Amino acid sequence: MTTLPATSRSLVRPQHRRERLIEALLFLAAALGVVTTVGIVLVLLYQTVEFFRLVNLFEFLTGTVWSASIAPFRWGIIPLVTGTLLVAAIALIVAVPLGLLAAIYLAEYSSLRTRNLVKPILETIAGIPTIVLGFFAINWLTPVILKPIFGVGTFNALAGGLVVGLLVTPVIASLSEDAMRAVPRGLREGAFAMGATKWEVVRKVVFPAALSGVMASIILAMSRAIGETMAVVLAVGTNPQLTIDPRESVQTMTSFIVQISLGDTPQTSIQFKSLFAVASVLFVMTFVLNVISNRVVARFRNQYE
Amino acid sequence: MSAATSAVDRAGFEPALARRKLSGTIFLGLCLLAIIILLLALVLLLYDVLREGLPWLDVDFLTGVPSRRPAAAGILPALVGSIQITILVGVVAFPIGVAAAVYLQEYARDSFVNRLLRTNISNLAGVPSIIYGIFGLALFVRALGFGYTILSGALTLVLLILPVIILASIEALRAVPDSQREGAYALGASRWQMVRGTILPGAAPGIMTGIILAMARAIGETAPLILVGAVTFVTFLPQPFEGGYTVLPIQVFQWASRPQADFQGIAAATIIVILVLMLLLNALALIVRARLSRNIQW
Repeated sequence: MTTLPATSRSLVRPQHRRERLIEALLFLAAALGVVTTVGIVLVLLYQTVEFFRLVNLFEFLTGTVWSASIAPFRWGIIPLVTGTLLVAAIALIVAVPLGLLAAIYLAEYSSLRTRNLVKPILETIAGIPTIVLGFFAINWLTPVILKPIFGVGTFNALAGGLVVGLLVTPVIASLSEDAMRAVPRGLREGAFAMGATKWEVVRKVVFPAALSGVMASIILAMSRAIGETMAVVLAVGTNPQLTIDPRESVQTMTSFIVQISLGDTPQTSIQFKSLFAVASVLFVMTFVLNVISNRVVARFRNQYE
Repeated sequence: MSAATSAVDRAGFEPALARRKLSGTIFLGLCLLAIIILLLALVLLLYDVLREGLPWLDVDFLTGVPSRRPAAAGILPALVGSIQITILVGVVAFPIGVAAAVYLQEYARDSFVNRLLRTNISNLAGVPSIIYGIFGLALFVRALGFGYTILSGALTLVLLILPVIILASIEALRAVPDSQREGAYALGASRWQMVRGTILPGAAPGIMTGIILAMARAIGETAPLILVGAVTFVTFLPQPFEGGYTVLPIQVFQWASRPQADFQGIAAATIIVILVLMLLLNALALIVRARLSRNIQW
């Protein structure tokens, strides 16, 4: 009883070694994500540096003309950035009110039955392949609705923004609903006890208490809208012009990347290298927004848990 | 005196209360309007796709190859390509995703490295899909020399959906009560025996659901595959490890870019096929979940 028999000790040791091996393998799988991140950054950085051997960085960041396929080539990224932000802004103008109203309804007003009916439908919208939304924009939204009302052309920022808005609404609705549900019941009951109406409780107690979660969801939605590709490629066109008129055709950073990779552009050409420079800008913009959003969420969690 | 005050208060109070209640009702109306707009948008979208696509959908369409004439065009190469990619994605992503989730949830101590791994995964989930395409092009197509093949496409999508799978699997593992872990340890199980014998079976419904839904997402992914070579005009059936290929959403993109009504029609018909495949996978997820949950009780 005091010491283990020799046989069982030799049984224990290989098993111990196996445990260590398994843990190491599991760790490798978990570390793959970091490898991916580092790989993405290295790939983008390498080709972007190559691009800036040929093009002045200052001209790239401040130039207002982008002409990658027609000589004289001009590499000012501002039109692509404004095109992207224009589409994202339209998307948020749609998605913020729709998403927040839906979230408030689901968190504060709806019965369990209605919620179980509506929530899966919202999730369905989030699951639609984005190419389908692009098809909807070009096949129905632009010709049937936008052309008669606003006189837009086949490609316009408005249609792209509207379908991207529909796409990111579930992001805002779902995360904001979680944030409002996390507000402790006691706060609501306190307000009711003071004689507040339901709407006053929602507006003056629940919504302010959930505000950081709501902000995080909006930032995340903005990041999604900026990185969205297929819904935008079909709808907004390939015309990199500096405009804030939503009826105009524009080009986003993502749709430029698609345009270049679809053509027969040689992979050693400056056009192909410019793809990586644009992708770097896109990556940095979305990454910063995601980090801010995660930070806000983390702080919000500590508040009530 | 108090009676007098309350009478005055009431005179001011009651109309105000009515007004306050009215603004609450108006707000509730706005909330309902938002829900109705979202439902309506979804219905319109489905209606448009079905109206345009259904007339084109028949057996010849499913078994034919793409053609410059819409009436003769079919989607077999794209359908086969999509199915091959989706299966490959599931097969590769499943072990890696579950292993990563098990490490993060069951093994990792709260150290700097492990916090970094966690934060990194939620950041990766927010990287635009087209960036993964660029990375896949550099890594799988060029550096590893897999070329423009189904394999390169599938591995690119694996990287894209791994964060989703890992986060879903962590949720499933977290839902297994600690009493299960303690029970296994009390019986003398090692950590891995505990994980394999108790935790994984308990978390299996959630994990499998997460993976199948991630595969459904992979079916609809388009942007990254444009970069790793899913070319748009393929009239032959793809081989997984060599030669060109295409997938259903790329076929949609190709046809939807053309203004002619007939091409819009076959694009919509292809969308219907994608949506049906996604529905089938969702149904599969429900069935698998029900099956695996049968023997779990705590």
